[in-house]
Amino acid sequence: MSAEKFTENALNYRQTIARSIHDAMQADPSVFFFGEDIGAAGGPFKTTAGLFDVFGPHRVRDTPISEQAIVGAAIGAAAMGQRPIAEIMFADFAAVAHDQIVNQLAKYRYMTGGQVRLPVTLRLSNGAGSGFAAQHSQPVENWYIGVPGLKVVAPGTVEDLYGLMQAAVRDDDPVLVFEHKTLFSVKGTVTPGAVVPIGSAAVVRSGGDVTIVAAQLMRHRAVEAAARLDDEGIHCTVIDPRTLVPFDDETVLASLRETSRLVVVGEGPADGSWGAALVARVARHGFELLDAAPRLVCSPFTPVPYAESLERAWLPSVDDIVAEVRSVVAY
Amino acid sequence: MVRIREFENGVGTLFHRNLVRGSTHLYNGQEAVAVGAVAALRPTDPVTCTYRGHGVVLARGSDPVACYAEILGRSGGLCGGKGGSMHLTDVSRAHYGSHAIVGAHLPIAVGLGLGAQYRGTDEVSLTFFGDGTVNIGAFHEALNLAAVWSLPVVFVIENNLYGEYSPVAATTPITRLADRAAGYAMPGVQVDGNDVHAVRDIVATAAERARGGGGPTLIEALTYRQVGHSRSDPATYRPEGELDAWLERDPITLLERFIGDAAATASVRERVAAEITAALDAALALPEPDEAELLTDVIG
Repeated sequence: MSAEKFTENALNYRQTIARSIHDAMQADPSVFFFGEDIGAAGGPFKTTAGLFDVFGPHRVRDTPISEQAIVGAAIGAAAMGQRPIAEIMFADFAAVAHDQIVNQLAKYRYMTGGQVRLPVTLRLSNGAGSGFAAQHSQPVENWYIGVPGLKVVAPGTVEDLYGLMQAAVRDDDPVLVFEHKTLFSVKGTVTPGAVVPIGSAAVVRSGGDVTIVAAQLMRHRAVEAAARLDDEGIHCTVIDPRTLVPFDDETVLASLRETSRLVVVGEGPADGSWGAALVARVARHGFELLDAAPRLVCSPFTPVPYAESLERAWLPSVDDIVAEVRSVVAY
Repeated sequence: MVRIREFENGVGTLFHRNLVRGSTHLYNGQEAVAVGAVAALRPTDPVTCTYRGHGVVLARGSDPVACYAEILGRSGGLCGGKGGSMHLTDVSRAHYGSHAIVGAHLPIAVGLGLGAQYRGTDEVSLTFFGDGTVNIGAFHEALNLAAVWSLPVVFVIENNLYGEYSPVAATTPITRLADRAAGYAMPGVQVDGNDVHAVRDIVATAAERARGGGGPTLIEALTYRQVGHSRSDPATYRPEGELDAWLERDPITLLERFIGDAAATASVRERVAAEITAALDAALALPEPDEAELLTDVIG
């Protein structure tokens, strides 16, 4: 693969980040990119390698370690008509810029009565499973699902990452793009210029017994669980929401009309998570579709631990998903 | 300046009639800062300010009817009634908002300057903020980034001696706030914030420097908040005689003394007072926003 030339289409998830930024910048001169160590160094995970060489220091800028300034700079530049892409290195660092994201980025349009639109793409490296411990591994997407004014996407494949990034950059609203650190080696093929619409879930596989909804790392575990359950004669539909806000409820409800059983798998504690919110909405809008109480497979109510055995126990496993699916079938 | 003073007196009246929701923060005494600074800018230069922002928006030329309507939460308000007193915004006049989290708009002001620098146009971003802001992290991140990228930004501290209820000395270990600039290798200058001409001249110098690629400047305008922090604050913590001393140096009085034509300035006051009364009445006649507006301008 020659990430630096940005011509190869068979890529892994890591390489797709740089490629998707590259293509968005090629397509629109108002797009530029900044963050900590993203330029000359190519990013701490090498997810942005090569961009600085192609576009130079005017369009690819290294910032100080100043998350508030990074998000604020993106807001201001967007208000001036540009389409900035800004990176928060580890998603957890968004806490430093919480005010900028929640009080400024999310509310600017509404508070001004629509005078200002903010086409900001904020990229964040997310998630547990890599041994980075409690301050570098959280499911940060759940911090933002209850904040009106933000769109939130969480792609789990190369194709979705590329397509949602193109959609995010073209969107006139702020979009938070969560990239999962455990998926960097996942392989796929990008179609240059392809857009995955924000707000559209993907039906990853179809089965008539149970609907499993899972994103990012959990999506891959759900697919593995579903393959195992096939052998037991339990056939699952797996839906990857891909976008968490606005959530594609209709695809889930349509599947429940077939299966009548729901298992949602979410990384992180249940309370305040997108999975819990989905279960609540299904209870409100799809109660009569259900033949069993909906299940939420999630993490215990603790910070993310460091030790491999503990972190493994913290994350929902394939076994956990299989067990919950069996239990809704036996309900 | 007279328009701002009359407008704010009208807001005070509305507040006491219970027509202003939440709170409101008046600009009385600081008029020369907004008017002087805005006079030094081009109409396309983006401006941001604080929740004590009515004066800045009016200095930018916004319609007093739309400003009153916003404060009253009426249809026809600058922000359609969704922002209120603390968030007056008029992008049609390059006013990018009154911001109500202390310091939060400084990174945004840096971004407005970045937008201009990136696209290669020569706008200068000017941002107003209070003395209390020099102690919050966003201030430091913003000044640092503006300096390291040589962005066209003018930072204007409105030092009115009080951060909310506390005097500057109780919260800040330096007395000359402009000295904060030294840590960011940018000029830090003080100006008499009640002298509109002095403010205009020092901002003009900073704006010219920024427009020429010379980077940001920190200006400390020394002024005085003649009223409490918000309309619920009687400001009893002020030392005896302080207000009177500053009223002697009221910026409008100073300007009228400079003009030296009592008849002409009296006639201006009379004309503006009538205009503001009419604006207030016009705003009061506007309806509340339609409930359907609740759901617009969120996402999508």
